[in-house]
Amino acid sequence: MANSLAEQVANLRETRVWRSIFRSGSGATNLHRSLSIQQNVFLHLASVKIRKRSLAFRFTWLLGTLSFGTFLILTLTGVPLMLYYHPSVPQAYADMKDLQFVVSAGVFLRNLHRWSAHAMVLLVFAHLFKVFYRGAYRTPREFNWVVGVVLLLLTLFLSYTGYLLPWDQLAFWAITVGSNLISAVPVMGAQIRFLVLGGHTVNANALLRFYVLHCVILPLLAAIFVAVHFWRIRKDGGIYTGESVRHE
Amino acid sequence: MSQDSKKETGEKDAGCVDCGRRQAFVKMGVGSIAVACTGAAVFGYEFLGPNVLYEPSPIVNAGKPDGFPPGSVTQDQASLVYIVHGAEGIYAMSATCTHLGCITAWKPELGIVACPCHGSKFTRDGTKIEGPAPRPLPWLRAWISDEGDLLIDRSDFLAQKQYVRT
Repeated sequence: MANSLAEQVANLRETRVWRSIFRSGSGATNLHRSLSIQQNVFLHLASVKIRKRSLAFRFTWLLGTLSFGTFLILTLTGVPLMLYYHPSVPQAYADMKDLQFVVSAGVFLRNLHRWSAHAMVLLVFAHLFKVFYRGAYRTPREFNWVVGVVLLLLTLFLSYTGYLLPWDQLAFWAITVGSNLISAVPVMGAQIRFLVLGGHTVNANALLRFYVLHCVILPLLAAIFVAVHFWRIRKDGGIYTGESVRHE
Repeated sequence: MSQDSKKETGEKDAGCVDCGRRQAFVKMGVGSIAVACTGAAVFGYEFLGPNVLYEPSPIVNAGKPDGFPPGSVTQDQASLVYIVHGAEGIYAMSATCTHLGCITAWKPELGIVACPCHGSKFTRDGTKIEGPAPRPLPWLRAWISDEGDLLIDRSDFLAQKQYVRT
């Protein structure tokens, strides 16, 4: 009865239920520690072992981690916002105002979502600049750099599609101007714009399409590319710490 | 690796009985996948383009032409067109900036049309004075209906300047 908390946790980890979920077992040996990473579906993307040196702040400034952190915040705040928002012309603006003034904690979630979105664009750019100026994009990391550029584009598209959803004058004209940029694409510009907006003007179809892109298609793509991005860090030999490139 | 490929070619050289048939099946498989992908691409393209649009009609009724006295420039905020009564007659002109689609405004005190977004300026006949707009403001096909109303087709840009016959 007088067991300490640590002992109780240790006992819990020996139970049959725990062991059926986490098979690596308890223990402080290198093998156990490696197994606990390798046998976890989320953690197995990362290395089971890294050099302590690669954790130094100066190599990364944690910019990639912070970008992913904002992505998680945006996912966690975005889903509850969806419960009060209807992507329809008569209701979108009123729903946004309700979130600000009527819904409990609505203004907190909305502002957290909004500020995190701004922060994510900033952090992703900072991350790419940091990687670029350190030369960390070079062989063997060139493919992960390309994945990173795709993630930058996805971040910008997420930011752009989210911009329309409040359905105020700022959103409407920003998307009008932005979608007219698409028209500058040679030959098929006007047709691409028509398909993106689902019409000739920014209207009900455009609002619904941007909503689906913002809440389903783009986050799913981003999650897939993030998984590949993290996995490639391990496959490319971990965080770039400035050693000379190996030639084989 | 190189041994395996040698072995493979060796087997082929020996003339394996099923090789031709297997390759035919592979071709049929790849072919049907290609056909399915093409079909899905066409299907997707057709699906994404709406066939019925619930957008306002491009043809608008501006009322009796008498409402536009000589020398006047009238901006219709609902239909986003200018109706100008110049020296040679009445014409209709789009109010949508040719740069990125913002709505321009008539400045009576300056006698020019100006865009609030990126600063393009136009004369009253649509010619660009300055700014990033790549083209002049287009003139729109306008005509007098049987009832005597001025009708404007906002989707029909005139290639040459043409005044409404009144």
